[in-house]
Amino acid sequence: MTRLDPRPSVIADRLKKVKKITAVTGWKGGIGKSVTASALALLLNEKGHKTGLLDLDLTGASCHFILGSGKAFPREDMGLIPPFVHGVKFMSISFFSKGQGVPLRGANVTDAIIEMLAVTLWGELDHLVIDMPPGIGDAALDALKFFPKARILAVTTPSPVARDVLRRSLAVYKAMKVPVAGLVENMGPKGVAYDPRLDAALGDPEKLLKTAFARRLEKVTRKFIGG
Amino acid sequence: MHEWALAESVIKAAAEHAAEQKMKRVSEVAVVFGELQAIDKEIFPFAMKELAKKHPLMSAAKFRIIDEPAAFRCRACSEEFDLKRFRKESDEAEFIHFVPEMAHSFIKCPSCKSPDFEITAGRGVYIKHIKGSK
Ligand SMILES: Nc1ncnc2c1ncn2[C@@H]1O[C@H](COP(=O)(O)OP(=O)(O)OP(=O)(O)O)[C@@H](O)[C@H]1O
Ligand SMILES: [Mg+2]
Ligand SMILES: [Zn+2]
Repeated sequence: MTRLDPRPSVIADRLKKVKKITAVTGWKGGIGKSVTASALALLLNEKGHKTGLLDLDLTGASCHFILGSGKAFPREDMGLIPPFVHGVKFMSISFFSKGQGVPLRGANVTDAIIEMLAVTLWGELDHLVIDMPPGIGDAALDALKFFPKARILAVTTPSPVARDVLRRSLAVYKAMKVPVAGLVENMGPKGVAYDPRLDAALGDPEKLLKTAFARRLEKVTRKFIGG
Repeated sequence: MHEWALAESVIKAAAEHAAEQKMKRVSEVAVVFGELQAIDKEIFPFAMKELAKKHPLMSAAKFRIIDEPAAFRCRACSEEFDLKRFRKESDEAEFIHFVPEMAHSFIKCPSCKSPDFEITAGRGVYIKHIKGSK
């Protein structure tokens, strides 16, 4: 036999007690996916849902900065148990990178994702929110493969360029039969407005939850957050 | 100990493979430990034996551990190198132990300092072969 990678065999088991998985995507860079994913996880937790947040943007991890996860670190017990950051179980490559860059090619990204998914013990969760990297490269395709239950929360902006990319992304999700649960138009009149106070709240979950950004995001996503 | 999670994957994958091959009993599983990940050589085999007891197919299996030295090839300048000349700080070694790809954050090509190298051997854990009777 050729070499056998044992790790994928346990990934589905690791997610067995996770009820809903939401992948926050958007194929353009810098449009607010990470602030949306982080704030959404905090909002879900605020409503009393058991919530996890997985930062899957290995080369551009951001959620640890947005949440201010500080010295939090996974606990080792038959695997890695994600620490609670402001009530949210949080997993990110940032725990292991010492604040340094993570220069990875696609195949390495996949390998690192498989490793993290195989050893992370999420336990029981009502919601797992995934912060996706921009685009539909290795990490995003891996996520859709390893999280077959995932639904998409698509982030876009009013920019015509972003809309054009969004249109193509929705067509691909449709073809892949990945359900799109919702759409957030960030920094636009109909969606979540530009919030000049948001940057000052980064790193402080209490403050972040009080921003106009988070409160508006709550309204926009209410239907699908529930309660 | 995080080794248990990987040991569990070895048992599960081996049992699934054996079932696919219609084996009645697995006699040997050869598991490769890549040097880079620095798997604990006491905990991991112990965990495999414990976990195998719960699988009817696996309960009599012997586990053969094969050490594989780490080897790297720089994609920028083609230099080939190994782990010997790197003295990693202990936290870096621990982070690589959790996710071997972190090597790209902490190790550079000794010739041109690029982090864009290939791990050609000895990354982590995999199954080399599974022997059993049908
Ligand atoms: N509605 C908003 N009001 C004010 N600032 C915003 C808003 N949305 C996003 N930002 C800011 O824009 C910056 C980029 O946001 P973020 O990192 O979430 O984007 P991203 O889509 O995740 O980027 P990447 O593609 O690199 O992953 C951050 O500083 C964030 O605070
Ligand atoms: Mg981001
Ligand atoms: Zn080099």
